[in-house]
Amino acid sequence: MDETPPVVILRDAVVLINGFPLLSGIDLDLDAGSLVVVTGANGAGKTSLLRLLGGLVTLSSGAGVVSGIDLKHGDLRELRRRVGWLGHEGSFYDDLTARENLTFAAKALGRPTDEIGRVLERVGLSARTSTVAKQLSAGQRRRLGLAWLLLRRPETWLLDEPYASLDDQGRTFFDDLIAEVVRGGATVVVSAHDPLRSTALSPRTLTLAGGHVVGDVS
Amino acid sequence: MIRVALLVAGKDLRIERRSRVLLWQVLPFGVTALVLCGLALGPTHAGHSSAAPGLFYLVMLLVALLMINRAQVIESSPGTRASIATLGLDPAGVFLGKALALAVELWLTGLVVLAGSVLFLHTALSGTLEAVPSVAVTLAALAAAGTLYGALSGGGQGPATLLPILSLPAFAPLLIAGERSFSSSLHGGSLWRWWLISLVALAAYLAIGILLYGVLEES
Repeated sequence: MDETPPVVILRDAVVLINGFPLLSGIDLDLDAGSLVVVTGANGAGKTSLLRLLGGLVTLSSGAGVVSGIDLKHGDLRELRRRVGWLGHEGSFYDDLTARENLTFAAKALGRPTDEIGRVLERVGLSARTSTVAKQLSAGQRRRLGLAWLLLRRPETWLLDEPYASLDDQGRTFFDDLIAEVVRGGATVVVSAHDPLRSTALSPRTLTLAGGHVVGDVS
Repeated sequence: MIRVALLVAGKDLRIERRSRVLLWQVLPFGVTALVLCGLALGPTHAGHSSAAPGLFYLVMLLVALLMINRAQVIESSPGTRASIATLGLDPAGVFLGKALALAVELWLTGLVVLAGSVLFLHTALSGTLEAVPSVAVTLAALAAAGTLYGALSGGGQGPATLLPILSLPAFAPLLIAGERSFSSSLHGGSLWRWWLISLVALAAYLAIGILLYGVLEES
């Protein structure tokens, strides 16, 4: 039987910033088309884990492969092209409109810009295409971040606290979209402060504390 | 690389046009600084004219520090940095684009400050017009060097004092060459020699930026 290797493999992964360990001894396997929710208190290492998976911080020791790229010796720039990032702080230029942000991303990726209208409609922002990003509400900004990802269609989606400041309708919208993306074969890693999101979203929950994995429940 | 450069430059200029920081903050600051410099020199017209090239570049240096910081700050939010990193843009293109946008902003500000030097410091109009090409080259070199030092000083995330401390020693030769060529345009002298120094500095900073901007971004 043909076995596809996991999209994410971490073995005893350690991330140090200025000598301080943000992550220690992390072991993780994720298959293509899987969804994992990473939970933990503030400072537990959720964002650092996502940043490691996206090639946005370097692996200090241990071993890791994401999308076939070695985290220690591989081309991290190429890895970043294969992942999509949605941060809780906003993921775009505040002084550009929703459409201008997506046009910039599409042109940077060499993609046609005629998909932008469809993507904005998909995330419910078709009435706000000409609104400057900083004038969008927190929920709308999060939807714009999703539109950015839908336009890119990355192999791995890294969503850092996407539920922060969202109302119930927004959370349901995100849940539905994440489920759709996973069904499409993408790997999704979501960090969520609220452990309840893990039960709503995923059969697998990774719990972090002090940069260590303290729970991995499937 | 050129495609990315034009994309980044267009984005930076669009953000600048929309935020109107250049129009409502930087230009008034530049003109006010020039007028204050003129007031500090006293009422003698001749003294103003001879000091005008140096004062012009002093004001442009202060303006450049503001604009360099601003150009880096628009990229500095952690979410924006992460998202842009996942676009995999060619760092050489990003450097060229940011330097081009900064150069355009400095050229626009420079034109206004030059007009201010004719009005308030009584520089000769013909000599000032003759200086425009050398001013354009010197400001472009300042933009290239500034983009490099902006990234080196933490890309808008470092302490505010780091950029001037790091960049002022590097800017000094540019200011001397610029001031000398502007003075030569006004009062006669070896204009081309000083202009050539600015041109060589521009080429050197562009080459260094194209080669090293990716390393600075990563660090």
